[in-house]
Amino acid sequence: MTISIKILYFGRLADVVGLRQAELDLADGDALLETVRQQIVSTHPALDDPTIRIAVNHTLANDNLTINDGDELAFFPPVSGG
Amino acid sequence: MLSIQEEDFDIATEYAALLESASNTGAIVTFVGLVRDTEQGLKHMLLEHYPGMTENVIQQIIDTATQRWNIDEPRVIHRVGELQPTEQIVFVGISSTHRSDAYAACEYLMDQLKTRATLWKKEVTTDGEQWLDSKPSDIKRASRWNENPKLTTPS
Repeated sequence: MTISIKILYFGRLADVVGLRQAELDLADGDALLETVRQQIVSTHPALDDPTIRIAVNHTLANDNLTINDGDELAFFPPVSGG
Repeated sequence: MLSIQEEDFDIATEYAALLESASNTGAIVTFVGLVRDTEQGLKHMLLEHYPGMTENVIQQIIDTATQRWNIDEPRVIHRVGELQPTEQIVFVGISSTHRSDAYAACEYLMDQLKTRATLWKKEVTTDGEQWLDSKPSDIKRASRWNENPKLTTPS
């Protein structure tokens, strides 16, 4: 079953990747975040960085989370507000 | 009250709102963060955030602070967009019966906000643009609060 997800890039990652937002179709409907992350990193090797955090639907997520159709993934570097 | 906004804020208005919503208040502590004007060749600062998540994260920090200390509902404002040197970036206002809780909660909120809220600063200077990373000193400051959750003030 194919699912479609939205990917957002924040801070310097948007410059590194060259875009702020993308759609991605996944062949595997039961994909774990780890698999999705590896797929994205293979396209954008600069995202292979342990300081990068990933949020799924506005909540920090770890690799064993299952990604579902319509999910919003956000890649971001260490924050620097305040 | 939590607001992520492009517009500037007025300290007097925020102070009045803190007074109005306060109960049995003996202390009000406010903090304002500014864009430093000492950076070499700084033209302006760009502040980006992740709408939706930023509000969620800061609200969680506010909720933890209100459980941990005897304070009224905090007022937190964070500006985004283009900010000029010396402009106001962030406001935290805390009212409480006693000053110790107000001081501690205000410092906790800022320490956590700087290391957890999904905001990113970019400096635009005469030499180009540069994204800023979290400072190790900020991360160390924020971690003080986790080392002993029973402490009301950091060691």
